Amino acid sequence: MSATTQMGAAVDISRLSKIYKTREDDDVLALDKIDLKIEPGSFVAVVGPSGCGKSTLLSLLAGLTPASTGSIAIDGDGVSKPHPKTGVVFQSDLLLYWRSVLDNILLPIEIKRLDVAKYRPRAEELLAQVGLEGFGNKFPSELSGGMRQRVAICRALIQEPGLLLMDEPFGALDALTREQMIMDLQSMWLRLRNTVLFITHGIDEAVFLADRVLVMSPRPGRVDLDLKIDLPRPRQWSKTHEDKDYHGYVRQIRAIFEAKGILVAH
Amino acid sequence: MASTDVIGAAQAQKKQGKGMSSKKKSRGPWLERYSALILAVVLLGAWQVLVPWSGLSEFVLPTPLAIAKRIVNELPLLASHAYVTLFEVVAGFAMGVLVGIPLALAIFYSRAFERAIYPILVALQTVPKVALAPLLVLYLGYGWAPKITLAFLISFFPIVISTVVGLQSLDKNLVNLVRSMGASEWQTFFKVRLPAALPNIFGGFKVAVSLAVIGAVIGEYVAAERGLGYLQLQANSLFDTTLNFATVVTISGLGVMLYFIIDTIEARVTYKRDAAK
Repeated sequence: MSATTQMGAAVDISRLSKIYKTREDDDVLALDKIDLKIEPGSFVAVVGPSGCGKSTLLSLLAGLTPASTGSIAIDGDGVSKPHPKTGVVFQSDLLLYWRSVLDNILLPIEIKRLDVAKYRPRAEELLAQVGLEGFGNKFPSELSGGMRQRVAICRALIQEPGLLLMDEPFGALDALTREQMIMDLQSMWLRLRNTVLFITHGIDEAVFLADRVLVMSPRPGRVDLDLKIDLPRPRQWSKTHEDKDYHGYVRQIRAIFEAKGILVAH
Repeated sequence: MASTDVIGAAQAQKKQGKGMSSKKKSRGPWLERYSALILAVVLLGAWQVLVPWSGLSEFVLPTPLAIAKRIVNELPLLASHAYVTLFEVVAGFAMGVLVGIPLALAIFYSRAFERAIYPILVALQTVPKVALAPLLVLYLGYGWAPKITLAFLISFFPIVISTVVGLQSLDKNLVNLVRSMGASEWQTFFKVRLPAALPNIFGGFKVAVSLAVIGAVIGEYVAAERGLGYLQLQANSLFDTTLNFATVVTISGLGVMLYFIIDTIEARVTYKRDAAK
């Protein structure tokens, strides 16, 4: 199996459940028989309140947590441990402070025991693409929160993952930085066209970025709505946010949360 | 910084804040930068002037200049004893590292071992090691062995504790991150766990090496034929207070030197989070 794929990976999830055992025998059903097929190269956002199982879903896809029942396949390979075609971006940047920016980006290459020197130009190219040209020798402590998260994205992309998993990647950023990151993520994705699973609790960023939004609700974790987002690309910040259809999608998602009592109508 | 939820991030913020203030200090005005040196000179000057003025005899309290002169004159004697003490300290500390680090790893990786050994370790730690010195002499004789053993016993606890704390305080998400890249536990240890724990481990080393000096000297007080502790007892019995002080200064010098050697090694092998260039 080749480590570099130009195309996005296909994801096939069937009857996937996850039960967390607790000490007092009242097991928590975090995911309840999820069925989900993700087209190669599509951008799927999962939106839901805390505890709805969206992070559990990502953890299972990343191969970090074993499923209780059901199965996950990435390009036909069953996932039981981290799949070489996936890259993960977490909520906090998780950069290693004792490594330079470039060495942080090259960490997955080192771990996979590939030729680090060969990937160095690619790492520098990625840095330039996120507007951090020449920052390779800086250390994380010298960067702002937004810059650090950009580096974390470069690190996830160094191996051209067919599937990019993002767990609330902009949740810790201020509003202005977040806006810029959303725009940059879109242009990056339009260039790479890999499959993205983007976990968020922000309805607006989910609709703005995704081809398809899955709305989840907790206890048990289920997909309540599978919404196809039909907005022209590239989406522009002001124009899309003023779009009538955009607001229609946002309203539809809010309606689910209001019906479930997660949001109170006002 | 923008991270919100993780303790590690909070610690990072704290450290960064500290870093900034220390950076400010080093760039501060002349008086601030040399304040410690100035105060030391003032205190020593006062000592130098007040001793003859008060009429205290040299047997009671020699002046700093007299002590300094004595150190220079007795350099070969002091060095020959310092060499013995240095050997005991380094050997005891090295044993502390060689036993402490594997013990810390076992505690970190095995919950059962941790449960079994921690109460024993803590109970042992409540025994004042100094009180064991006469027993060690009884068992191990008058040579190097009891001093090295005492230096080891007194220094290994901080090494174990700081290593365990360093390993345990790692942000769990960092482990998930490297696991998502397909890292083995071996790789996780060397790429993340160990480098992240190094500042703690070196903190433990610094405490341990200072304690090892105390252990070796106490061992020499109890029974010895060589070493700075022995020399000090000799000076005491001869009412040679100046030589006594000269030995104290040498012992301190030994401790400071070892501390800075570890500090230098630390600076070589670690990158400080707040050491922005």
